[in-house]
This record gives sequence, structure tokens and C-alpha cells, in this order.
Amino acid sequence: MKLVRADVKRFVLGDRQADRVVPRSGFTAQLTVFAAAAMAFLAVFAMALSLAAGRLATRWGDELAQSSTIRIVAPLDQRAAQTEAALGILETTAGVAFARALSASEQQALLAPWFGAELDLQTLPVPQLIEVIEEDSGFDAAGLRLRLAAEVPGAILDDHSRWRAPLVDAANRLRLLGWLSAVLLGASVAAMVTLAAHAALAANAQVIAVLRLVGATDRYIAQAFIRRFTLRAFGGALVGSVVAMAVVAFLPDASDTAGFLTGLSFQGWHWFLPFLIPLLCAAVAFVATRAAAGRTLKRLA
Amino acid sequence: MIELNNVAYSYGGGALLSDISLQLAPGSFYFLTGPSGAGKTTLLKLCYGALQPTSGEVTLFGDDVAGLARDDIAVLRRRMGVVHQDCSFLDHLSVTENIALPLRVSGRQSKAAQEDLTELMAWVGLTHRAEALPPELSGGERQRAALARAVIMSPDVVLADEPTGNVDWEMSQRLLRLLVELNKMGKTVLIATHDLSLIRAAKSQVQARVLRIANRQVQLAGADL
Ligand SMILES: Nc1ncnc2c1ncn2[C@@H]1O[C@H](COP(=O)(O)OP(=O)(O)O)[C@@H](O)[C@H]1O
Ligand SMILES: [Mg+2]
Repeated sequence: MKLVRADVKRFVLGDRQADRVVPRSGFTAQLTVFAAAAMAFLAVFAMALSLAAGRLATRWGDELAQSSTIRIVAPLDQRAAQTEAALGILETTAGVAFARALSASEQQALLAPWFGAELDLQTLPVPQLIEVIEEDSGFDAAGLRLRLAAEVPGAILDDHSRWRAPLVDAANRLRLLGWLSAVLLGASVAAMVTLAAHAALAANAQVIAVLRLVGATDRYIAQAFIRRFTLRAFGGALVGSVVAMAVVAFLPDASDTAGFLTGLSFQGWHWFLPFLIPLLCAAVAFVATRAAAGRTLKRLA
Repeated sequence: MIELNNVAYSYGGGALLSDISLQLAPGSFYFLTGPSGAGKTTLLKLCYGALQPTSGEVTLFGDDVAGLARDDIAVLRRRMGVVHQDCSFLDHLSVTENIALPLRVSGRQSKAAQEDLTELMAWVGLTHRAEALPPELSGGERQRAALARAVIMSPDVVLADEPTGNVDWEMSQRLLRLLVELNKMGKTVLIATHDLSLIRAAKSQVQARVLRIANRQVQLAGADL
């Protein structure tokens, strides 16, 4: 660990020209940069996907745990009475924190996406909705259903859990998958850099021999390669991340039109997260090159 | 500074060198001779720590080579100027940068070092080739560049492996004069060569001792060459 720190220090403060002692290798260098950029690009999406899935899971989970809806389906003249009766029952139900009937304008807003804003609800047999907020302990849904059935024939309790639970599950899976993809991409960067570093070390055996003969330590020689690959991975990943972030920023935003979905775009401070990718890439490249150089140099005379 | 005690070396087959004891006296001028394939390069490599002896011990500046880590040997090399038989360079760097390479890898680049470098380039007569790349140099220019690179760190000892290997007589005399000058400045010089006429030419300029490899051993040769 102490040695790693010394190498990091050397990287930052050491001979800025150290990598000049190794000849430039145009094509493989470009491949490394390109691969790092591509990985970073994908990693940004994996990250966006995970965060979005996380948001969905949390939102659905919260609502699932706390709210349900009662629909009053009754002829127009009985609707108000039945609504009153249902609210009365809810007031005396253990575990219900709060219940209220949605106002006409709220119902209108909910239905507007399907029927248009001009619709007059009063003329239609639209069910009255009652929003029920539970206490943390929850309530006995089956018991409530029985009481409603007895006293308010038009009431239907919809406690959301039946259809939302699998969705929350799926969203959580999706989030896990996103992070797993990000980890795999990181590992791929490590593998790619290791291969590239081995190739570079092998191709420069002659250069390394000369450096050894004039008194260069393994550390100095390794540094030349470490510096080069770390900077390449960082540069490539930075470009890839920025491009991916631009693409994410211009994705159509779904969250306004359908309240239960969420945009793939980053939200709030999450915009800062993709900037970690180039840094992580650089760290991975640093470690991978250091290990590759250590192994190779030890074998030389 | 360089001391060999009962050293033997083999590349895997039979022994190439055996039972060699040798101590380089500071400030002396040595030739190491013997037919091609006798093991001159091998002996030099033992002297600068590129090879570990199969048996016996090699002591460099007081340290037993067997106990040194790779990086310790790298640091020791900065005190020894070595002109290699193939005098390889970094072909993508200019002659100047190649000659300054030991300074760079040891982190000793400075303004004073820069002036030394200019002076050294003039001394070996390469000032006009400063910006050339190594592959563009002639054989003699390569050898002089290699010599300049070997002495840029002002080492105590200069080891040169066939420094006149593929240059004409004129140029070999010039290189010899440079090596003799280094010796006059107090540096120990050891030149491996199979060229006996070079040794004869040197005798008029410097008090040289001649080591000859024969029958896997090193003998101090008489004056009769
Ligand atoms: N790396 C090596 N592996 C195996 N054999 C070697 C190696 N280097 C040199 N030799 C052998 O060792 C012998 C001495 O080589 P060398 O020291 O280069 O001789 P010289 O410099 O006197 O011509 C030669 O027979 C050569 O083939
Ligand atoms: Mg030889």
C-alpha cells in the first residue's frame, strides 16, 4: 500500500517527460483510448439505468407501502352518500392514517391524459376515488373489504400491492443488473489495459534493456508505461463519459407524462456521478499497468 | 571497486569461465583480450552486475552482487560507465537525448549537467550531429556517442566492450585517445578487445595492463604481444 502511494506520488510529481523514453505507438495507443471511451460510454448508461431503476423501486415501494385507493362505482345520485359512508368506515379502521376523496379537478387531472382536458366529469359515471394513506403498521385489507362490502356496495378496495410488488422486484433486479454491468465494464477496462500494457512491454523489450543498462530502476521504467496508459485510459474515458452524458441529457423525458415512470436522465447531484468514471478508469489502468510492468520487468535480466 | 573472487560462470552447458580472481586497481588502464567467444563480454557483464556468477562472488563498490536487488544494481550502474558491444540506443530520441539518458533516468538533469553535456558532445566530436537520430549515425559516431553516454555521470570506472569493433583504424585511434584521456583524469578503464594492434598502439600512450582469457581463466599477460 505504501509502495502504491509512492508510485502515485511519483506519477503526479515525477518526471513529466518519463514516458518520452518509450516510443509512441500510434495505432495501439488509439485503440486503448477508443476502448476506454467506449467502455466509459456504456458505463454511463449502466449507471443511468441503475439510478433510474433505483428511483422507480423506491417510489413504487414507498407508495406501495403507504397508499391504496378505494373506487366508488355507483349511480350518480348515490355516489356522494356512498363516498361519505366509505370515509366513515375508514375513519374507524385501525391502521389508516388518513383518507380523503379526490376532488373533481384532481380526478379530471388524472383522466386528462386519456380523455382530454375538456371533459366534464359530472356528466359521466366516473367512479369516485378515495385515497387511503396507511400508517406504517398497515391495515387489514381483507377485513376492510368485508366491511365495505356490507355497507358500501359500490366500493372496491385496490391496495396496489398485487400488481406493484412484482414491478418493484423487477426494478430492483434492473438496478442490480446496471451496477453489475458497470463492474463488468470496469473489469474489462482492467483486462484491456493489461493486454495493451503487456503488448507494449513486449514490443519495447529493446528500449527497456537500454534503460536498464544506463541505470534506470524498474520503478522508473514502469512509471513510463504507467503514466502513458493511465493518461490514455483517463482521456478516453473522459471523452466517452461526456458524450454519453450529452446523449442522456437529450433523451426524451418520460416523467411528466406518466407519473409512475421515470426518465433515464440523471437527477440532481447524480449528474456528478458519471465524472467518477474517468477517474475510476484511470485508477484501474494505473493498477493494471503497474501489475503488468512489475511482472514483466522481474523476468528480465 | 570491482572485485571478483573465485568466480565461475556457465550459460548452462559447461563452464565458460572458472576460478577467476581479479581486482581492478583504481586509476589503472586494463585491456581484456582473448579470441572471439572466449568470454570477454561475459566477464564484463559479471563486472557490471548484468550477470550473477554461477559460483564465487563479485563485489561492486564493496557490495556483494548476490545480495543486491535489481534496483540496487541499477543504481550501482550509475557509478560505472559501460560502452556495450552493440551500443544500443533509443532510436526515437536524438543523439543528445540519448547521451543525456543516464542523467534523466537518475533524475539529475540540471543546468550544470546541461553544460557538461555540451562540453562532452564537443569532446567526442558530435556537436554537429546533436539532433540526429541514432540510426543515422556512422559506426564511429555510434561508438563515440556510446562513450559519451557512458561517461556523462562521471563514473569512477569505464568498461568498454569492443569499442573499436566496426570502425576503421583512424577512428579506433581516436576512440583510444579518448579512453586514454579519461584514464588520465583518474578513471579506471577496462577495454575488452580481440584487436592486438590496438593494444600495441596503446602501449606508447599509457601504462596498460593486459588480461588474457585462456582456458577459462584470466591471466595477466606479459609484455610480449
Ligand atoms: N546469453 C547466452 N546464452 C548462452 N550462451 C551464450 C550467451 N552469451 C554468450 N554465450 C556464449 O558464451 C561464449 C562467450 O561469449 P562472449 O562472452 O560474448 O565472448 P566474447 O565477448 O569473448 O566474444 C560464446 O560461446 C557464446 O556463444
Ligand atoms: Mg564480446
